[in-house]
Amino acid sequence: MNQITTDICIVGAGPVGLFAVFEAGLLKMRCHLIDYLPQPGGQLTEIYPKKPIYDIPGYPSVLAGELVDNLMEQIKPFNPTFTLGQRVETFEKLPNGDFKVTTGENTEVICKTVVIAAGLGCFEPRKPAAKNLETFEGKGVSYMILDPEKYRNRRVILAGGGDSALDWAIHLAPIVGELTLVHRSEEFRGAPDSVQKVYDLASSGKIRLILNSNITELRGNGVLKEVELMDKEKNASVIETDDLIPLFGLSPKLGPIADWGLNLDKNAIVVNTENFETNIPGVFAIGDINTYPGKLKLILCGFHEGALMAQKAHEYVYPDQKLSFKYTTVNGINPF
Amino acid sequence: MPEFCHVTVIDREGVQTELDVPTDVSMNLMEVLKGEGYPILATCGGMALCGTCHALVLEGLDELPPRTEEELDMLDTLPETFDNSRLCCQIKAPALPEKITVQLAAIED
Repeated sequence: MNQITTDICIVGAGPVGLFAVFEAGLLKMRCHLIDYLPQPGGQLTEIYPKKPIYDIPGYPSVLAGELVDNLMEQIKPFNPTFTLGQRVETFEKLPNGDFKVTTGENTEVICKTVVIAAGLGCFEPRKPAAKNLETFEGKGVSYMILDPEKYRNRRVILAGGGDSALDWAIHLAPIVGELTLVHRSEEFRGAPDSVQKVYDLASSGKIRLILNSNITELRGNGVLKEVELMDKEKNASVIETDDLIPLFGLSPKLGPIADWGLNLDKNAIVVNTENFETNIPGVFAIGDINTYPGKLKLILCGFHEGALMAQKAHEYVYPDQKLSFKYTTVNGINPF
Repeated sequence: MPEFCHVTVIDREGVQTELDVPTDVSMNLMEVLKGEGYPILATCGGMALCGTCHALVLEGLDELPPRTEEELDMLDTLPETFDNSRLCCQIKAPALPEKITVQLAAIED
């Protein structure tokens, strides 16, 4: 178990969670961020890093990925710590008034306040509708490749036709014992370079390409043994395998936060607009995950929410100190 | 261009509802349906990047403009699509025909 003690635990490392570190830092509060994605930035990094955003004050246009890089630079003086690639599961109030937030991989964060900045929830892998898929999760089926070496000399099936499937096919081809790439349609629409490489690997026998086919069923005995495919003409075939990695992108789910006892309205957390606190004192929600009369799901609104949240969070972190409001132009940035 | 498009929507529970969508508005079908309260997440806000407005066009498919490159790219990454799969965010209101029927695609669990 990995235990971290901090002032504020921020659930979600998207742009709003990142900027909250800055606002908290100005008030000398330390932050730890947890995100299910393996890198900070939330959907800006995961879904549209190359898209320009036009409504960030002071930036006539900024690429989403560039905004995240800038936010990371901006919060650096406040030395935030991160737990990435782990999903927040439980939350409890401790007898001394602190909170304990726990991830699925047993990271525990002990903190004075919790700030939920989880956007539309955690991005979870899209799963194909194949029989017994979930039975073999962790027993041959995985949706992310964290350590390619794990697949050395094994028989691996990748399913999917996007850039992620193509890139991993190219990466895994020299490592695995036998690689099959199953794609639903006739052609690939990924980056032309990658598509060509995959076709080259297929003609040299390094990848078995199965097009126009879907995975319909998984079979095994405790662990995955074989996968059944169905082509467009409804012909079934079976491939023996050790691993199946479906790569169909990610889709957001509210996840375990839904069971934390927070007031919800249509999958969004109800907050007040004075300080964006939820119905649980000491727990705040900012950014796309919250709702209130007049809510706009804009990054700039999330930034504003983070600033007001920090003023109230200060009361929990430093209950004996009076907060006096200061401009950064007067006080500058005081790193810690 | 017809003044209104009569849209029949079949939601994920199979419930059928109908609405008349004005075609002179600067909106896309995803925005119209979301505004009407249909359960569409629209994570990406209409950039053809999330697939949460995936729908099957049961009537009027041939009268719609062809799928955009961005739309084809996104559809290609979804686990299950059909010949009549469209992303509602890529169908602009002025391009709507007089009548269409769309069925919201199932969201993966």
